[in-house]
Amino acid sequence: MTPLAGYLLVAALVFAIGLAGALTRRNAILVLIGIELMLNAANLNLVAFWRYGPHPEALTGMMFAVFSIAVAAAEAAVGLGLVIAIYRSARTADLDEINRMKG
Amino acid sequence: MQEAVQFVPQTAASGITGILWLIPAMPIVAAGLIALLKQPRRRLAAGLAIGSLAASMVLAFVAFGHVLAGWASGHAVRETVNFTWMRFGTSGVGLGWVLDPLAAVMMVMVSFVGLLIFIYSVGYMAHDENYTRFFCFLSLFAGAMLGVVIANSLLLLFMCWEIVGLTSYLLIGFWYQKPSAAAAAKKAFITTRFGDVFFLLGIVWLFAQTGTLLFYSQGAGNLEPLAIGMLLQTPAKLGLSAAGAIGLLIFAGAVGKSGQLPLHVWLPDAMEGPTPVSALIHAATMVAAGVYLVARVYPLMAAGVLPGGTTTALLVITWVGAVTAVFAALIAIAQNDIKRILAYSTVSQLGYMMAGLGLGGVAVGMFHLITHAFFKSLLFLGAGSVIHGSHEEQDVRRLGGLRKYMPVTFATYAIAMLALCGFPLVFSGFWSKDAILESAHKWHAGQGPYFLLVFGALLTAFYMTRQVSYVFFGQYRGHGHAHESPRVMTVPLALLAFFAIALGVVGTPMWPWFRSFLLDTHAVWGGLASFKEPGLLALMLTSSAIVLFGIGLGWVFYGNKSPSAEEPDALERAMPPVWRTLSNRMYVDELYGATIIAFYEWWARVADWLDRRLWGGMVAGVTWLFGLWAQLNRFLDENFVNGGFDKGCEELSAGGGLIARVQSGRAQTYLRLLALGVVILAVILIWSSRG
Amino acid sequence: MTVVFWILAVITVVGGVAAVTLKNTVHCALALTAAFAGLAFLFLQLDAQFVGFAQILVYIGAVAILVVFAILLTRGSEKPERGVFSRTWLAGLLIAAAVFAVLSWAVLSSAAALPGAGEVPAPSVSVAQIGNALMGRYVLPLEILALLLTAAMIGAVLVALHEKGVRK
Repeated sequence: MTPLAGYLLVAALVFAIGLAGALTRRNAILVLIGIELMLNAANLNLVAFWRYGPHPEALTGMMFAVFSIAVAAAEAAVGLGLVIAIYRSARTADLDEINRMKG
Repeated sequence: MQEAVQFVPQTAASGITGILWLIPAMPIVAAGLIALLKQPRRRLAAGLAIGSLAASMVLAFVAFGHVLAGWASGHAVRETVNFTWMRFGTSGVGLGWVLDPLAAVMMVMVSFVGLLIFIYSVGYMAHDENYTRFFCFLSLFAGAMLGVVIANSLLLLFMCWEIVGLTSYLLIGFWYQKPSAAAAAKKAFITTRFGDVFFLLGIVWLFAQTGTLLFYSQGAGNLEPLAIGMLLQTPAKLGLSAAGAIGLLIFAGAVGKSGQLPLHVWLPDAMEGPTPVSALIHAATMVAAGVYLVARVYPLMAAGVLPGGTTTALLVITWVGAVTAVFAALIAIAQNDIKRILAYSTVSQLGYMMAGLGLGGVAVGMFHLITHAFFKSLLFLGAGSVIHGSHEEQDVRRLGGLRKYMPVTFATYAIAMLALCGFPLVFSGFWSKDAILESAHKWHAGQGPYFLLVFGALLTAFYMTRQVSYVFFGQYRGHGHAHESPRVMTVPLALLAFFAIALGVVGTPMWPWFRSFLLDTHAVWGGLASFKEPGLLALMLTSSAIVLFGIGLGWVFYGNKSPSAEEPDALERAMPPVWRTLSNRMYVDELYGATIIAFYEWWARVADWLDRRLWGGMVAGVTWLFGLWAQLNRFLDENFVNGGFDKGCEELSAGGGLIARVQSGRAQTYLRLLALGVVILAVILIWSSRG
Repeated sequence: MTVVFWILAVITVVGGVAAVTLKNTVHCALALTAAFAGLAFLFLQLDAQFVGFAQILVYIGAVAILVVFAILLTRGSEKPERGVFSRTWLAGLLIAAAVFAVLSWAVLSSAAALPGAGEVPAPSVSVAQIGNALMGRYVLPLEILALLLTAAMIGAVLVALHEKGVRK
């Protein structure tokens, strides 16, 4: 297996783990944790392709990853703020209970 | 002797002929206008009716003058105006009117006598609340009758004939609240309708043979030599030619309308109508329409006649007329209602007219028609005056001595009675009846009609004397006070009486103006020398003797005696069984009732049963089937359509409920679905790029 | 594949698994931090030094702390009555497994798995180059990012702010 493939598989595994956490845990914050893991796995993918792909001197992959980190941070801040707001009104952070948007 | 049938060629239509249609049209329009008026507008209604008929009379006189001028100058007038009414393919049906001597004299008589009777009605119907309706019907009748007179097409004549029948029905049943009046009207209509069926058959046959229904049409008409010749050649059943057969069928219509023997039963019952109606319709004009019809189509009846001989059609007409004359006169002897006596007298005189047509031709029959119109209507109006003056009493046995109380009525009535009997020399009836007797005497086909008609004359004198003695002589047996009628009623009486005498002048052998006018020959003033004709004087003496004998016999039985109503009649005492038969009108009505009416009622019952059971049953069956079908539809609708639809909706709802569970409101569910979608998309993408 | 790679991979994966399975939420956050660290070292291994240090600074230094704060503010450290996993955890697990299967299938069957494609010389990237790139080619995304961060900051503050009259 090439190094690239290895990195990609690791990224895929971390992504899947993050997804599993987001889909199965009850607590809203753990869903956000899962999402962070997914984003990090995507960053790993980006950097791996930058390193082993053509034209690494264009810095494209690295830039992409840097921006991704920045955006992920902003998103985490807002998301956690939302969770706190929901906790304040619904008195719980349990996602099974929060179904006011039921169809 | 029968006059030879002369053919008068057509002349060009003049001005008066062009507007001849106004003569019947004006009274009909007046009738229409009166129909729109309300009941209280009596004066306007009478004014419209009398005015329109007066205008028609003036026009009729103008037309008569035109014809007279033509005759006097030697160019006989027969002018027609024809037009096509209906077209089908190449053929068509034409209508039109004709102005010739026959039409002219009839028009003048109808309009003049009609006008006098209209004026009389103003007084007679003054107390009736349906005054306006009366004048509407009268006016309609006058218009239709004049239409019959001037018609040049058998179809137009038939149409006006039917309208005349209709107005007769309406006027007989004028007081329709009386059941007897309603029944009499129905009887009149149905009986004449019976004759009209044969009339219509004749019309259709004629149209089929000749292709036209016009009488005179520039050589192509039915009464012109071409058509007559063709009809003569065409054979029909029983040894008749088509001309004769058609003529007899048309005569059948005349039998109904003029009350000849088998179909006479409606005329006496028609006396239920008001007296002016009896005078106008059932004495002077409508019943004369039958005679006029026979006179009009005389060329058909007389087709192929050899000089000195006769045709089968004319034979039938003569015998029917003669028998009717005697039959009705016999019945008249034993009647007690003043108008019924006159009704049977009318039937008898119509028989004379028909016999006259058959024996002596158009002139003889028509002369008696004209004179009869005047004195018979005078008799009826006089009877009306008597009824009016003695407070609606109609039974002669309860009247009497009215000579003292109603002198004018008596005088005019006596003149009319003598005219009817044929009192010698002075009265017109003598000359007209004598003309008929003379033709009968000279007839080559036997003397039977002659003896019958002479016997009839005797009976006529007898029953009229009976009536006059009962009504005007002896003591007054009625109730209340008898009084003379107002001037509006007596003046027409006087006028008619004048003509009852004066008209005789135009028909004497001295100056046979009437005959020559109708037949377009030259009238010669023969002076007293004309009486030297062989047999003529003897005939006149014979008939005078018969009349005087009849009057005398009547006086012996009835004169100046005034038996009360409960006592038996003088004749009854003498010959009880004869009296009973005559009094019961020879049981003709009973015979019809037992046969035709009974059959008709049986048939009506059969039709009713069929209607209720058969047709009604079928309708009920169809309805039941429909009900069944409707129930089936309801079943299907409720269970399948509704049920199915409801079921479908429920399933849809349930499905919706199922699908709505996707919207759980839980974020993780959505996430899961997203991830699933990603997986599927990725698979698709990879496969498609690999493939 | 070097040993370092495998060790780092194990750390990351174990950290990730721990982050999503532990019952105590705070422990989850700490495991998350370990996963972040492993990833940072992987970046360094990949000669992306800037990204690796940025990862440490931002993720471990800010995001993980933020998560811990949020956990503490929402009483997430208390054990819930009904268990930490949702009622239908199996479906979620299966879907995640499916995703992993698809991704690995894609990776393994693609050209990147062919031998000989892995030996690429390491690039030498200096921070000056990165700075130039940021200010040159990528200046627009940079500015937009600045805007985004500002908006996120304001938004987060507003969302989490106590409102007057709202009971605590």
